[in-house]
Amino acid sequence: MSSVKKHYSAWSLLREGIGAQTGWSKAWQDRDPAGRYDVVIIGGGGHGLATAYYLARTHGIRRVAVIEKGWIGGGNTGRNTTIIRSNYFYPESAALYDMSVGLYEGLSRELNYNIMFSQRGMIELAHSEAELEMMYRGVNAMRVNGIDIDIIDRAEIFRLAPLLNADLNIRWPVIGGLIQHRAGVARHDAVAWGYARSADSLGVHIIQNCEVTGFDVKAGRLIAIETSRGRIAADRFGMAVAGHSSVLAGMAGFALPLQSYTLQAMVSEPVKPCLDIVVSSSTNGAYVSQSDKGELVMGGGLDRCPSYAQRGSFPVTQSVVAPLVEMFPSFATLKLMRQWGGIVDTSPDNSPIISPSPVEGLYLNCGWGTGGFKAIPAGGTVFAHMLATGRHHPISAPFDLSRFETGALIDEAHAGVAH
Amino acid sequence: MQQFPCPWCGKRAEIEFRYAGDAGVKRPERSADDTAWAHYLHFRKNAKGPAKELWIHSAGCGRWFLLSRDTLTHEVAGSEPMA
Repeated sequence: MSSVKKHYSAWSLLREGIGAQTGWSKAWQDRDPAGRYDVVIIGGGGHGLATAYYLARTHGIRRVAVIEKGWIGGGNTGRNTTIIRSNYFYPESAALYDMSVGLYEGLSRELNYNIMFSQRGMIELAHSEAELEMMYRGVNAMRVNGIDIDIIDRAEIFRLAPLLNADLNIRWPVIGGLIQHRAGVARHDAVAWGYARSADSLGVHIIQNCEVTGFDVKAGRLIAIETSRGRIAADRFGMAVAGHSSVLAGMAGFALPLQSYTLQAMVSEPVKPCLDIVVSSSTNGAYVSQSDKGELVMGGGLDRCPSYAQRGSFPVTQSVVAPLVEMFPSFATLKLMRQWGGIVDTSPDNSPIISPSPVEGLYLNCGWGTGGFKAIPAGGTVFAHMLATGRHHPISAPFDLSRFETGALIDEAHAGVAH
Repeated sequence: MQQFPCPWCGKRAEIEFRYAGDAGVKRPERSADDTAWAHYLHFRKNAKGPAKELWIHSAGCGRWFLLSRDTLTHEVAGSEPMA
């Protein structure tokens, strides 16, 4: 079957508007598995789909399958709060996440698919003088890393977010903050669908409702996987399954330095535009932005103990909402409309693992923890490089699994603040 | 809010407790190699389903104990003092 991809343009919108919207074709094809591929990617989230796209586009490897146990983008890609930023402390992380912001900036055009990346900026608040001092330290390090970031004072913060509580005699007073101007939000489903559409048009097979049930390892090398839809052989396999990485690794016979937790998010009922910037608190971990539909999208820290349940616990919901309604008193009148959870794979140093695995032919893209969405284009780029060449991209080299043995951790404690 | 059973205090609200890791992680001999130390420090079972965990009743009696909990359903099968 050939590609179904048609170019989207102002002209195609106009034509379909006049023609009663009957001429749109499917954006990508739902395939049945073939028995053999050059590369099979397990996990049809943002990272898996982006990896498949870059394998086909950058490396010319087109016999590629992405297999997904549910539907594409139905895991953390469709459950996160869509924030994209690169304000990281260590040069290794800054290089990775800023590569991602750069790729996001050109992604709508590259994929011919509007991912609605809105670089509205992101403020992180400091609630005490001591915290502001530490923020200066962080900002200086980030500026050395080449990230566009500034300290801003109270007056500027209240100009940018007038609904913030200006009272100094509260639990979370606004003392100062930092801003990353190029940070923002994007349409998370569109990132998955845009990559899927472009990958499909380059010949990648997207196979849904296909769950891995076993690994066929011969003499230390993975030669095929067993799935709910049959056996699939390949030269190389990539795994990009976030919170379920340890489960699949266990099936393949090894352990990972990961712990899976629920990260929850929630939205209020929709209201008129009232917040055109992302606001977060580095101390209480809560953050908020307003979606295009008008909902306030909120999140905070991890749930309190390991979980695979994809639903958040009430004490943590409270720890997100309570500081937010103090910081934004007018939000206290809104009802919460939905609350949900995703299973995130946290690593000991809050940095991802992009690496060959202990099983030859099987490669890992995991450990993104709370921050995988913002890294999708970079994760896809470096993981495709690894699957195509068998070697690290220079940017992914520090994120090898061996760092837990050598001790060369990239300890992004700051990244533990979830978004 | 979920309640967890402390072996000494009985059922209490989950916010009184703190999770402290997998139960049964064994410290290697001092002569162990880097791989053994890396596994002790960082690598975890991360079980989906029944798990045995180390908890502390931090806002209660302050004592450590073992909790049998299902990480998928959040059901608690029971708790016991540390051996």
